[in-house]
Amino acid sequence: MSESEQPVDLKSYIRLCAVIFLVVLCTTSAMIAASFSDHLGSGWTGRVTVILGIAVINAFLVAGYLMHLLSEKKLVYTVLCFTVFFFIGLMGLTLWAMGNFPVGTINH
Amino acid sequence: MEIPYTVKNRPDTGIYNAKLGVWLFLASEVMLFGGLFSAYVLLRVGAQPGHWPHGWLDVRFGTVNTILLALSAITTLLAWAACKVREFGKFKFFHGCTILLALTFLGIKSYEYHDKWIHYEIQLKDGTFADGHLEEQDDKQVVLHGRIVKDEKDLYDLRAQKDIQLGEVKIDRANIVKMQNYGPWHNTFTAIYFTLTGLHALHILGGTLVIFYLWGPGSKMYKTDPERFTNRIEVSGLFWHFVDLVWIFLFPVLYLT
Amino acid sequence: MQSNVQQFPPNRPEAAEAHSDHGHDHGHDDHGHHEHHEPGFWSKYIFSTDHKVIGIQYGLVSLSFMLFGFFLMVMMRWQIAHPGVPVPVIGPVLAALLGQPAAHGIISPELYNSFGAMHGTIMVFLGVVPLAFAAFGNYVVPLMIGAPDMTFPRINMASFHAFFLGGLVMLVSFFIPGGAAQAGWTSYSPLASTIPTDGQAFWLVGMVLLITSSLLGAVNFIATIIQLRTPGMTWMRLPFFVWAQFVTAFLLLLAFPPLEAAGLLQLMDNVAHTSFFLPTGLAVSGPVGQVSGGGSPLLWQHLFWFLGHPEVYVLILPAMGIVAEIIANNTRKPIWGYKSLVYAALVVGFLSFIVWAHHMYLTGMGQGIATFFQATTMIISIPSVVILTCMFLSLWGGSIRINTPMLFALGFLPMFGIGGLTGLPLGLAASDLYLHDTYYVIAHFHYVVAPGTIFALFAGVYFWFPKMTGRRMSEFWGRVHFWCSFTFMNLVFMPMFAQGIKGMLRRMSDGGVNYSAAKVPGVIDTLPGTVMELNTWILWAAVGLGIAQIPFIINLFWSISHGEKVKSDNPWHATTLDWQTPTPPPHGNFAHEPHVVRGPYDYSLPGEANDYTPQSETGGKSAH
Ligand code: HEM
Ligand SMILES: [Cu+2]
Repeated sequence: MSESEQPVDLKSYIRLCAVIFLVVLCTTSAMIAASFSDHLGSGWTGRVTVILGIAVINAFLVAGYLMHLLSEKKLVYTVLCFTVFFFIGLMGLTLWAMGNFPVGTINH
Repeated sequence: MEIPYTVKNRPDTGIYNAKLGVWLFLASEVMLFGGLFSAYVLLRVGAQPGHWPHGWLDVRFGTVNTILLALSAITTLLAWAACKVREFGKFKFFHGCTILLALTFLGIKSYEYHDKWIHYEIQLKDGTFADGHLEEQDDKQVVLHGRIVKDEKDLYDLRAQKDIQLGEVKIDRANIVKMQNYGPWHNTFTAIYFTLTGLHALHILGGTLVIFYLWGPGSKMYKTDPERFTNRIEVSGLFWHFVDLVWIFLFPVLYLT
Repeated sequence: MQSNVQQFPPNRPEAAEAHSDHGHDHGHDDHGHHEHHEPGFWSKYIFSTDHKVIGIQYGLVSLSFMLFGFFLMVMMRWQIAHPGVPVPVIGPVLAALLGQPAAHGIISPELYNSFGAMHGTIMVFLGVVPLAFAAFGNYVVPLMIGAPDMTFPRINMASFHAFFLGGLVMLVSFFIPGGAAQAGWTSYSPLASTIPTDGQAFWLVGMVLLITSSLLGAVNFIATIIQLRTPGMTWMRLPFFVWAQFVTAFLLLLAFPPLEAAGLLQLMDNVAHTSFFLPTGLAVSGPVGQVSGGGSPLLWQHLFWFLGHPEVYVLILPAMGIVAEIIANNTRKPIWGYKSLVYAALVVGFLSFIVWAHHMYLTGMGQGIATFFQATTMIISIPSVVILTCMFLSLWGGSIRINTPMLFALGFLPMFGIGGLTGLPLGLAASDLYLHDTYYVIAHFHYVVAPGTIFALFAGVYFWFPKMTGRRMSEFWGRVHFWCSFTFMNLVFMPMFAQGIKGMLRRMSDGGVNYSAAKVPGVIDTLPGTVMELNTWILWAAVGLGIAQIPFIINLFWSISHGEKVKSDNPWHATTLDWQTPTPPPHGNFAHEPHVVRGPYDYSLPGEANDYTPQSETGGKSAH
């Protein structure tokens, strides 16, 4: 933000940062709790989902507030949207292909 | 010759050149780490049942490093804000913190690497496996701080075994079939662990060098062209936040699951 | 930076002075127009940050690499046509340079594999991409959009240096023990990790450098096109060439990193003995290898082709851009369907990310995923056809001016058409299972990239040469070059379709002799003798093709100092801004910042005195 829309106020930034840091502490603890908790079943699938879900919150805070993505320009959004789409394509289609074999063949 | 919009925003796009540049670069980084994360998922999904390790990494170190990076991300933002309101002293302080935090992160990371490096799995002639940290070794015997298991499978899921007793294990060299440390070659987990965290650590290192330059010799520009300098801090900060973002996923993926 | 950013002061001394005071992103090379300090050779030609110098650097280096890659192929064609016979003339040189693998001047199977892998790698990553994207893009894009330079001139220089270093690493690998990489340009694992040569590690390091280079280039191109368009240069007034480069840059930006990821993983496999791509129980010529296993060879293929397919559009889009400019210029009328061209290019770029697994039908993929990729492959052929159709229709009713660039541009059209149409059977699993890995595939994609893209690149060289040097290349020798290249190209590649359909496989160092001798009733059929004879035919056609390049090379260098001088800055009477600069354009490009008032192809506007109206020309009616 070279010509920022509103003037920057250092105090309010420090306050924002303190809040973010507290939230990050909480989410990190929550992830660790989820990782060791006995309530999430014995398998890993549910656990991984919960943990990654919490990680996404963390990522949202960093991207949204620290990287100012929430107040960023449309141009940046557009680039990132395409990127995320292609990333999902890469991972999704590859996973699909790895799981989709003709009946009767053995993979791996 | 002047390149337009190095400092000012271009009216129709609303941003200056370097900011667009760094976002484009970060987009490519998303695809780079995206490819690596895809590899991780495939290796994990494709592993033989019961062969994907759990609990191999020390969650305490991972947690501390997570907090260190989160703090450094915050000091980076504050360093930029301080520049923006032209408080050079505060800028120096905040980015000084960033650099120290980053170096501590790297220190902890190297300790963890070292810990894996001296961790050995030894296949014995009687079909059992010794596993633990190397205490000492000579021509005749190897001494580990660890344990002996009957089945190699018992070494994979450490989370599932509640009471693991570790002690001193002395092994005759003559009884050893194969001795290998937990380097990248050990199995696909250590391979992807070292590759992902190694590449991430390289990013940390690169970021630290850039921030150090802007904090030290590069900060001369603050006097001549503070706005442009502030932009540089913002752009390098965006990179730094991205590196933190990657860690936010590396930590749960490698340490917690 | 106190000065008004909207100024274009290429000759302003203060601006140059200001540079040296504080380290700008773009300092250090204020050359040319100062009498007082003439920069030395190094800062002017090697460490230049001027987009035009960098473009020419890229151009010369990539043309040299292309020639080198072609030589590798001619030697391979000799070996295919005359297996085990020493290569005439060059054989002793090879033996002296490379030792054992070329003993007695004979190309051993290992050397054949190295040459094949390096031919592909060099042609794609060190030849066509740097020429089409980096060289023409660097030189022409800033001129066309009215910019003084690229947005990040020093990053631009770094991009060239990374490219050069990458090329050097590739070349050095020929001389290490074991020789260069042998696993094909696709470097499939586990083959790539089990051949006993470090050449593969060199290949991977080289690729990481080349990927870094195109990444820096891509960021620069996109930022330049978005940020540095001159006032009035709206998106729909961009020449199609700029659009093509824009889409290409995005492909490089987003498709290359997964290959970089894969390259790092394979490097770990080769150097740190990990098993990312090595399956459990991998046995290499006997005992099970000492690797932990657990990896997936198919993962490499996915990550490779995720780049691999967008890469073919990286090879073709800039070529289409060049052809569009030249056709508009020489038909003296607006390009037909400008908007359809732009949208088609965008759609092609987008879809090219989700068609990659059509290279992998033979890996035993399931019906579901195969259907998906067949569907996307068929869909992506539609916008490609739209582009080609627009260009053909542009010819209709034009008063066509035939000159060397136009000849090459016209040659591109049917050649790319043949290449594209023969791709369709490869996009359908049922027919690809038969054609896969045969010479049919080789013929298909070479029609796209050799008589296709490379003709467009030649067209571009002849077309922009006058802007770069102020002189024209010889028209007569240009035509000789065209007609000979056109003939020999087709003589080389057309027979390959027949060979492939008859079942001749690619990547066989004896050209299929063993294969044709084997006869297992009901399982393998011999290749008919005529198919084998075609190998000799192709060899001499390839030699002819090589000879046909001599007029070009001489013409190129001779014309720099002896060509006919151009009489104006706009010798082709073109409309785009690249012709509104002084010749050759000085550092900073434009004497005055151009203001664009019209679309890119205002040729033959009714009621105008000239049959072309430059984009920055006010007055007269605007077509857009
Ligand atoms: C535009 C420029 C193009 C280039 C530079 C190009 C290049 C290539 C290359 C290098 C291969 C490698 C095959 C191998 O290594 O086995 C290939 C195969 C293939 N191409 Fe193209 N191609 C282009 C256009 C097309 C089009 C328009 C289509 C179809 C719509 C297509 C469909 C395919 C398919 C399906 C294969 C896989 C064949 C096989 O593996 O057997 N290509 N092409
Ligand atoms: Cu493809």
